[in-house]
Amino acid sequence: MVWLIALPLGWASLTVLLGPRRGAWTAISALTAQLWLAFELAQTVRATGTVRHAVGGWGAPLGIDLAVDGLSAAMLLLAQGVALPVAIYARAYFKVRSGHPGGVWFWPLLGFLIAGLNALFASADLFNLYVTLELVGLAAVALVAAGGGAPQVAAALRYLFATLLGSGAYLLGVALIYGVYGTVSTATLEPLLTVEAPRLAWIAGLLMLSGLMLKTALFPFHYWLPPAHGGAATPVSALLSALVVKASFYLILRLWIGPFAALVDRIAWLPAVLGATAVIWGSWHALRAVRLKALVAWSTVAQIGYLFLVFPLLGDDRIALHAGGMQMVSHAFAKAAMFTAAGVIVHTTGRDAVAEVAGVASRLPVTLFAFGLAGMTLMGLPPSGGFLAKWLLIEAALARGRWDMVVVVLAGGLLAAAYTFRVLRQAFLLPPSGERRRVERRPIAVLEWTAFVLAAASVAMGLRGMEIVQLLDAGT
Amino acid sequence: MTGGLLFALTGVALFASGVAGVVLIDNLLRRILAFNLMGSGAFLVLVGLAQRNEVADPVPQAMVLTGIVVAVAATALALAMTRKYHALTGRLELTGDDND
Amino acid sequence: MKRLAVTALATGFAVVLVEAMLNLGPAAIDLRIPVRENLAESGVSHAVTAVLLNYRGYDTLLEVAVLLLALVAVLTVTDEADVAFPHMEHPVLQTLARLATPLMTVVAVYLLWAGAFRPGGAFQAGSVLAAAAVLLHLVGLLPGWRSPRLPLRLGLVAGLLTFLAVATAMLARGALLEYPPSMAGGLILLIESVLTVSLALILAGLFLLLSRDEGPS
Repeated sequence: MVWLIALPLGWASLTVLLGPRRGAWTAISALTAQLWLAFELAQTVRATGTVRHAVGGWGAPLGIDLAVDGLSAAMLLLAQGVALPVAIYARAYFKVRSGHPGGVWFWPLLGFLIAGLNALFASADLFNLYVTLELVGLAAVALVAAGGGAPQVAAALRYLFATLLGSGAYLLGVALIYGVYGTVSTATLEPLLTVEAPRLAWIAGLLMLSGLMLKTALFPFHYWLPPAHGGAATPVSALLSALVVKASFYLILRLWIGPFAALVDRIAWLPAVLGATAVIWGSWHALRAVRLKALVAWSTVAQIGYLFLVFPLLGDDRIALHAGGMQMVSHAFAKAAMFTAAGVIVHTTGRDAVAEVAGVASRLPVTLFAFGLAGMTLMGLPPSGGFLAKWLLIEAALARGRWDMVVVVLAGGLLAAAYTFRVLRQAFLLPPSGERRRVERRPIAVLEWTAFVLAAASVAMGLRGMEIVQLLDAGT
Repeated sequence: MTGGLLFALTGVALFASGVAGVVLIDNLLRRILAFNLMGSGAFLVLVGLAQRNEVADPVPQAMVLTGIVVAVAATALALAMTRKYHALTGRLELTGDDND
Repeated sequence: MKRLAVTALATGFAVVLVEAMLNLGPAAIDLRIPVRENLAESGVSHAVTAVLLNYRGYDTLLEVAVLLLALVAVLTVTDEADVAFPHMEHPVLQTLARLATPLMTVVAVYLLWAGAFRPGGAFQAGSVLAAAAVLLHLVGLLPGWRSPRLPLRLGLVAGLLTFLAVATAMLARGALLEYPPSMAGGLILLIESVLTVSLALILAGLFLLLSRDEGPS
């Protein structure tokens, strides 16, 4: 488990040493090893329960503990599973655009991002989680700003301030918790944080959860996401939408069912309301987006909304937890697929407006198929992972008589269908004859097929749903 | 009112001012300063609250050392990006929808 | 309007927080006790250094990664065509800087050594060295950096790599970063020494990379 953190830190440093633009193969081979390690870890967790590691040999609360249960193991598997195809995509992407300044230090930044994500998913110490949050956040911001013009730098600055506000609030929360309880270890805190906790503990919880919601771009804190995800280089957009926003959501979930479990019942309605609004608001903007990547970015805002619907539904039956986990996993693969597919379309046609992708279907069949498959997950069509996630969500909602949520889930699915078909319809149209001789580049097989692999994975998640649910349950 | 508690209360004031600054101010450099104010506030709370009984506690002190380094890293990145933004646009304020 | 709302919210929040702080009992857990009890095996005799490099050394490892990441990030957003940074080539200032630098280096080495038994350590020492570099640059004796070459890159990553190497080497006998008590002091000193150099380079780099000045013309 430790190697999942040590390896990426190692190759991030090595790729710095290797120099500008180098390091693709180092990264890809290391990520392959990490994917295998994540599989092994998931097997171990399923067989024997939560895997713990007391760093330094001291044990909490003096030292820092790492703890990987089913949920963490699933997230670790997800992170390596998305990162590897995206890395392969990125290598080809930057090779084709040899002048793109974003490719100069992409590999070290990717290494630090993955190291931070893995460290975040494995950590059981609130302050350590703060450091991992910063590692992930700063790497993400740098990736957005890389090689961009003024819009990218502006989007990155907006993102930076949002993420710093979020982690600042989180840090103040940690400071308050330490002041009240004298420890920041989640395991030690869990029995201590009861309903009779002092007011400061409640405020701390509020701060930490709000800060993390800002980082997850929950409505109304979503303003920074569309420019950042929509404007960044394609591999970066894929990583951000698929993994980075899931990391802060994972942390919210972890705090919600962990240390703060006793305190959060009363406010569970709030994230759900905001989530429902996000689903509608995000989908609406996706329908009206002019640029292809902006459409995909707004879709992320909408799909994140689904995640927040689980909070009022959490209970002993764990259905809502399974729903949240499935949604995280399938959306990550689907969104990465959608962004990489969109990147291929933009690269090949040289245009990035939705209205101008006419006719690409004949030239980029694999890419369009990938886009369509990814859309299946977003819409919630069987047998995709997205279908399973929404099914579980509806099941959990019905068990508590929450018909309003069922309506939101179904409406969101319809809207997702609308904006997905908006793109597909355009792509299958023939371009007006006068424009057929537009300047284009050849499609590149690696780019198309990695997009396809990601999309296929999002559908496969549905087919292997039972195993994922079993993994999520492990270690509890 | 012990010394530690006084630090903590000051920290709260600084944090609140810092957050208000990041949200309300338009000038990028001043927003970065406000962020640093916010960070310093959080650090003061971390150390002050833990030491409200006037006894030194090494754990929050070490945490604050780590926090300072992280804040330096973030500030450096923010400044570099502000520099680049200014070089590209000649402006020191982000335009467009800029709420929060 | 927005100004008023945000200010009101911030003030209200601060007031609530202050009130909650004033009525707080003692903490449930006192970490000073285990810190003190295990100090003998930690390899250093200063409690904060022990926490920073032993008990919570994992945080320190990640924070070094954050710093290195920041440097790479700064490299990413700066390119060669940026604005030149003015410096002053006044001979008095240059002499002062020349006098100060060896002193600052000695202070840095002292801080590194002293970290084991009083406030000090790699970060403090690295900062002083970086400050010396910035000082030399401001008076025109040290040129700004362009994209770092191999020797410089080696210096930049050496700290993190050494820390990582020692940390993972400990996996053979136990947990990550679990120093054997007999070697703890030596290992910590090793890590801190290499870290000082790297941190100095990283911190200096964060300033010098943003400056396009090439030195006295």
